[in-house]
Amino acid sequence: MTTVAMKKTGSIKRSRTIGRSGLSVALVAACVLMLIPFMWMVSIAFTPPEQAFGEVGLIPSDPTLENFSTALHDANLLTALRNSAIVAVIVVALNCVLAILAGYAFAMLPFRGSGAVFWALVATTAVPSSVTIIPQFLMTRAIPLTGGNDILGNGGSGLLDTIAGLALPHLVSAMNIFLARQYFQSASVEMAEAARIDGAGEWRIFSRIYLPLAKPLVAVVGIFAFTAVWDDFLWPLVITTSRESQTVQLALASFRSDGIVQYGPLMAGAVLVSLPVIAIFLMYQRGFISGLTEGSVKG
Amino acid sequence: MSTTLRATAPPRPADAAQNGGRRGPRRSPSSHIRMTGWLFVAPAAVYVGVFHLFPVLYGLVLSFTDYSPISRATPDFLGLDNYAAIFADPEFLNALRVTGTYVLMVLPPLVIGGLLLAILINRPFFGVGFVRAALYIPYIISLTAVSLIWLWMYSQSGFFNQFLDAFGLPEQRWLLESTTALPAAAAMRIWTALGSNMVLLLAGLQSVQKELYEAAHMDGAGRWGQFLHVTLPGIRPVLTFVVAMDIIWIAQGFAEVFVLTRGGPLGSTTTVNYLIWTEAFQYNQMGSASAMAFVLFACIMVFALITVRSMSGRSSR
Repeated sequence: MTTVAMKKTGSIKRSRTIGRSGLSVALVAACVLMLIPFMWMVSIAFTPPEQAFGEVGLIPSDPTLENFSTALHDANLLTALRNSAIVAVIVVALNCVLAILAGYAFAMLPFRGSGAVFWALVATTAVPSSVTIIPQFLMTRAIPLTGGNDILGNGGSGLLDTIAGLALPHLVSAMNIFLARQYFQSASVEMAEAARIDGAGEWRIFSRIYLPLAKPLVAVVGIFAFTAVWDDFLWPLVITTSRESQTVQLALASFRSDGIVQYGPLMAGAVLVSLPVIAIFLMYQRGFISGLTEGSVKG
Repeated sequence: MSTTLRATAPPRPADAAQNGGRRGPRRSPSSHIRMTGWLFVAPAAVYVGVFHLFPVLYGLVLSFTDYSPISRATPDFLGLDNYAAIFADPEFLNALRVTGTYVLMVLPPLVIGGLLLAILINRPFFGVGFVRAALYIPYIISLTAVSLIWLWMYSQSGFFNQFLDAFGLPEQRWLLESTTALPAAAAMRIWTALGSNMVLLLAGLQSVQKELYEAAHMDGAGRWGQFLHVTLPGIRPVLTFVVAMDIIWIAQGFAEVFVLTRGGPLGSTTTVNYLIWTEAFQYNQMGSASAMAFVLFACIMVFALITVRSMSGRSSR
């Protein structure tokens, strides 16, 4: 190693140690600042409701689970959790199969015009939801032979206010197709070619060779699909009319509309609704953040 | 034979042309393989086409009519009347102004804050994974839940007023005053999106070649100089992407308005998306609501394109 290089690494090291203390202070401050609202959410969720109106301490003096039972039963959260879970399972499964399959084909099995088709699909991600939500509402209402509709889709309410209707706009997300194509574009084609020579069919090549190797992609697509449908507010708000088909976000928001806001049950509800998302995120955190950034940056 | 997908990918210069679909793939696969490609794509493509692409066209047609979902009579074709009407509507113009202000309030702190955090955690240190996750979590929680938490934070005896009390300052009616309601919503929005901006910008920072910093250091550039001449040009593509996506998302603010303020006080937080929702689903005016949606769409596109152009156009090195 030359002396110049030695000197340089030395000076970098020194400036790093000086910067480190300031850095960690700034980061601890940032983290605390970011987590403050969550600390209060948890604290109020465990505070007895009669204490939750005045000034609440960060650590509840006599913690209780009362708010959770109120949220689950009175506020319809139990039904809503079940509805959201069903919708989420449908949406995650379909995205993981159909979006990944399509992305794989766009990357590995291009056909005439596949580039144009791909970009037409991806373009939909830039369209604001308010542009499509009215037509989607009318189309959901006009699905033939559902909800009292005739074969032409007239007369009834179609899939409005149903579980299937809640899932309808989320079944396959173009963003997930995009991520899948990006992922498989950096995959090697040699394995597919070797398998083809061995006489393997295309479906077999995808499902037995490439899909098992694409676990990080499946995690990203799964988490994206799950959070998109679990966190969605506008679509359920628009198509749901009865309590029986409410989703978690609607049940949460109903805490707000019932006149005086009951912060205890509200925060308990927020904890319950956020827990699945946080749990899934923490489980796949590492792969998720790297998979996410790769996909979007290469764009 | 390789065992992992990504590590072994050889450089494939023919890629772009291949995926553009103009030229055939390298080893001209049989028509059977191309057929399979179609079959694999078809379910997703047909679905997205029907439920996401077609609605754009449908919405455009609706915006030229007086369609109402209650009357099942055939709607009348109005030409550009809806557009003329909404541009004369003070409520809509106010909503456009509110949405624009909202974007301008949220965007700069969000991007600068995200970049700062990304720079801070772009080194290995103990607990970096925790910090990264902690900062990202506000983004994955639903805007509804987040808004409800902040509804309490802004309430009369909530966090912010407790904070002011501690310093002997007068309490504020954050969400109930037309001067503070929109900034209050904006502050919450900054908080939720900071982590996602940070993660994307972090990926950008990590793609900047280390040698460039060393070269700049040898040339006598200080920290600031390195930031200006190496970091910023290096992350420009990511930065542009982040800003464009932020604009697209923030301009569609709805759930936070619905939960925090219901558009009030005095329309000071009525974003275009909120107005569209009331127009379409409270008053059943789906024609003019669609027209509003397309004006919003156009504004977002113009705004985002101007940003992208000005950010990528500024000096090429």
